[in-house]
Amino acid sequence: MAFTNEQLERYSRHIILKEIGPKGQKKLMQARVLIIGAGGLGAPAALYLAAAGVGTIGIADADVVDLSNLQRQVIHSTADIGRPKVESARDSMLAINPEIDVHTYYEYITSENISGIIRDYDFILDGTDNFPAKFLINDACVLEEKPFSHAGIIRFEGQLMTYVPGEGPCYRCVFKEPPPKDLVPTCREAGVIGAVAGVIGCLQAMEAVKYITGAGDLLTGRLLTYDALKMQFRTIRLPRDSHCAVCSGERTIHAPFDYELPSCDLKNR
Amino acid sequence: MKIIVAGAEKEYADGLSVEDLIEAEKVETPQYVTVTVNDSFLPNTERTSRILQDGDVVEFLYFMGGGAADR
Ligand SMILES: [Zn+2]
Repeated sequence: MAFTNEQLERYSRHIILKEIGPKGQKKLMQARVLIIGAGGLGAPAALYLAAAGVGTIGIADADVVDLSNLQRQVIHSTADIGRPKVESARDSMLAINPEIDVHTYYEYITSENISGIIRDYDFILDGTDNFPAKFLINDACVLEEKPFSHAGIIRFEGQLMTYVPGEGPCYRCVFKEPPPKDLVPTCREAGVIGAVAGVIGCLQAMEAVKYITGAGDLLTGRLLTYDALKMQFRTIRLPRDSHCAVCSGERTIHAPFDYELPSCDLKNR
Repeated sequence: MKIIVAGAEKEYADGLSVEDLIEAEKVETPQYVTVTVNDSFLPNTERTSRILQDGDVVEFLYFMGGGAADR
């Protein structure tokens, strides 16, 4: 498949990079990336991956755009308030790059549907805000042998790590179980600076691009933390847990499952 | 003795356990924080018995949510 003149121009700044080149750009154009959550993290990631020409982007979110989202979820506009986030996100991505295919999943990701959805993708981005979803994404990706980027943000801080099958720890190696509700604050309760979501979401997009093109070193076996107040990035080595319940030889989790959701969470939706 | 805590060099008296360090560093919700010592996970049950040595590197790993309310 040859590039059209328009593609050569659109992707010229990629193609000129020796780590990407025409080969890397073709890999991006053939790649399939799933973004779970069209919020603070998913918004910048989706925009950059669409602009980069990732051929197929899936975006999953069961929410509609709310005024309080717009402080950080830059893929949605004021005119989108009340629309499903996945539709607003799709429109923004296609406005930047009409060459790509966008698949929308206007539904909650659960143990019932997650395996079938992620199976169609090469790389998954976790842009969710709650721990049951983060553990579900981890378990499903480990069991389906899919690489994914985990990230979290709160207040002025963010962190991320990358899981690649067979190459390092999974999220559950580091954190065994979700914390009880209300013991660890959420962004809704504690706040978050919009640009922190932008920084971390862009880093997730960067990991996807690097995984697809093979450029550089991924954040496998490392947690990158960002403290915006101190303006410090750190990488912390993460070992594998040889007793991990999902990725070790002692596996006790053989299928994805949902942690129970407290009813207050559903009320706030 | 000198130990490295979350990337910063700190001076502490000998005989300090990981549990003592957690208190001294005012770690929030410590029962939900993962601790590594010299790049190995420290089981929560060993926090009192594990006495830190000069040069040990300790990290606290915190739960962080954020992103989109998926459900
Ligand atoms: Zn694991």
